[in-house]
Amino acid sequence: MVSHSRPPSRLDVAWDRGFRFLTWFMAWATIALVLFIVYKVTESAFPALQRYGFSFMTTSHWDSNREKFGVLPEIWGTLYSSGLALLFATIFGVGVAIFVSEDFVAPAWRTLLKNVVELLAAIPSVVYGLWGIYVVIPLIRPMADWLHNNLGDFPLFGTPFAGPGMLPAAIVLAIMVLPTIAAVSRDALVNVPPRLREGAIGLGATRWEAIFKIVLPAASTGIFGAIVLGFGRALGETMALAMLVGNSGVISVSVLSPANTLSALLANHFPEAQGIEVGALMYAALVLMGITLLVNVIGELILWRASAGMKGAH
Amino acid sequence: MSTATQSETSAGETGAQQDVVIDAKIDELHYGKFKAVRDVHIPFTRNSITAFIGPSGCGKSSALRCLNRMNDLVRGFRLSGHVHFRGTDIYDPKVDPVAVRRHIGMVFQQPNPFAMSIYNNVAFGLRLNGFRGNMGEHVERALRHAALWDEVKDKLRASGLSLSGGQQQRLCIARAVATEPEVLLMDEPCSALDPIATLKIEELMRHLKESYTIAIVTHNLQQAKRVADKTGFLYVDTSEGGRTGYLVEYGHTDQLFTDPREEFTKQYIHGDVG
Repeated sequence: MVSHSRPPSRLDVAWDRGFRFLTWFMAWATIALVLFIVYKVTESAFPALQRYGFSFMTTSHWDSNREKFGVLPEIWGTLYSSGLALLFATIFGVGVAIFVSEDFVAPAWRTLLKNVVELLAAIPSVVYGLWGIYVVIPLIRPMADWLHNNLGDFPLFGTPFAGPGMLPAAIVLAIMVLPTIAAVSRDALVNVPPRLREGAIGLGATRWEAIFKIVLPAASTGIFGAIVLGFGRALGETMALAMLVGNSGVISVSVLSPANTLSALLANHFPEAQGIEVGALMYAALVLMGITLLVNVIGELILWRASAGMKGAH
Repeated sequence: MSTATQSETSAGETGAQQDVVIDAKIDELHYGKFKAVRDVHIPFTRNSITAFIGPSGCGKSSALRCLNRMNDLVRGFRLSGHVHFRGTDIYDPKVDPVAVRRHIGMVFQQPNPFAMSIYNNVAFGLRLNGFRGNMGEHVERALRHAALWDEVKDKLRASGLSLSGGQQQRLCIARAVATEPEVLLMDEPCSALDPIATLKIEELMRHLKESYTIAIVTHNLQQAKRVADKTGFLYVDTSEGGRTGYLVEYGHTDQLFTDPREEFTKQYIHGDVG
């Protein structure tokens, strides 16, 4: 019998090596790119870092004439708008995720709904901004006025509605992160073993009891991951916020007040910035990256602890 | 077939009949266009174990899941026939399937404890029922009933998932009996367990039948022989093109295994077909 096996040709070996080198190169190039960005931003921020130090994050002025810069209102606005948006988006997103992962309507309708929600992610940010200005603000104005007039003593509605501001920004931001939260939560819910649901139903649980007491807790780690992912996206979102948030460095708990975010600050000030203001903007960018990194690390830590806790049960 | 001798009476209606708790008559069971089961008529008598045997795909699980309306979860499920439980057809539109499942408990093929403590697993069903009595006492009683108490009494707060497979399955049995249903359905409860854990569960079943009426699906003929009082043999009919399960023979377990009426049954229990 003649064997058909033969050693790989020199070309095969070269191709194999080359390919391995290529993937190795790409992986390291990505890491190098991240480091390069961080390095360059830090370098450009250095003059401002030296000059303003930590007080940059605790003061509230942005005055290029007097060269006074501080981003406390922007940090507040970034966290507040993202947190508020996340609150709305989580309620809606998890609701959507439950609906499309349960057997409420025929599978074709579920697929349709799932795709439509994911389509929200395909709308460009600037379109959301325009839509926010011309649709959302007029739409919520009567409600916002009512809230201020009747519940104005409540700090949340303590200032008159200014049009662009926290509430419209948070609403639009919520719509923008909704697809992320809905899609990732849905995956988490679909991955809950059906036998857990069956177990609950078999004990005489209603569908909602099974969902709330068994399925949602079983998917909670994944849903939490979805929220962290959504938070990361909300923190960095720029265009729509620059158009909607009001761009005023005010610290207020009132959702009706105009505000500002780090990303909107960067977008609005870079065209005219020169000298030390460029450094200040780079410093603000560094703060934004730091916040995003921190949120992701904390999220990962909580997820890691949750999964370690589950493993510990075995 | 002996099912023909069973009239359409249901439990409670007459004491003359052997105390029938569930009288199931599945004329046709469909999932969408697929006809999964036809002509299964089995009465389940009080404090006895009734087994469904047959090859995979013969519809024995489908038939079992009709008895507490678990099939309602499957899209496209349709049943013609009836399942009388205490004189009421559980498929009557006025009947709430959730209420049915609180009277007819179920144990599944894969042990499926919830990701919560052993105690809370057992208390889960009681809480669903809005139980207001002494929870600790009831949990203990259910765990004793499931022959698990001695093994877990010192770690009731440990996760149900920390137990071995056999213990998990007994936990699921404890969870199911905690609310004291009348009937216990067991869908291949030992197929994921090792032989020792299997024997333990079988011993438990013989003990549980003093309080409950049990219906079990098993692919293990020896298991049916060991535990069941009555046995129904289902087989697959491919004559219409699909794969439709039907009841070939039903009777006392001894009789079915030693002196089957149908040639087909004989061939199956001797391993000639399958």
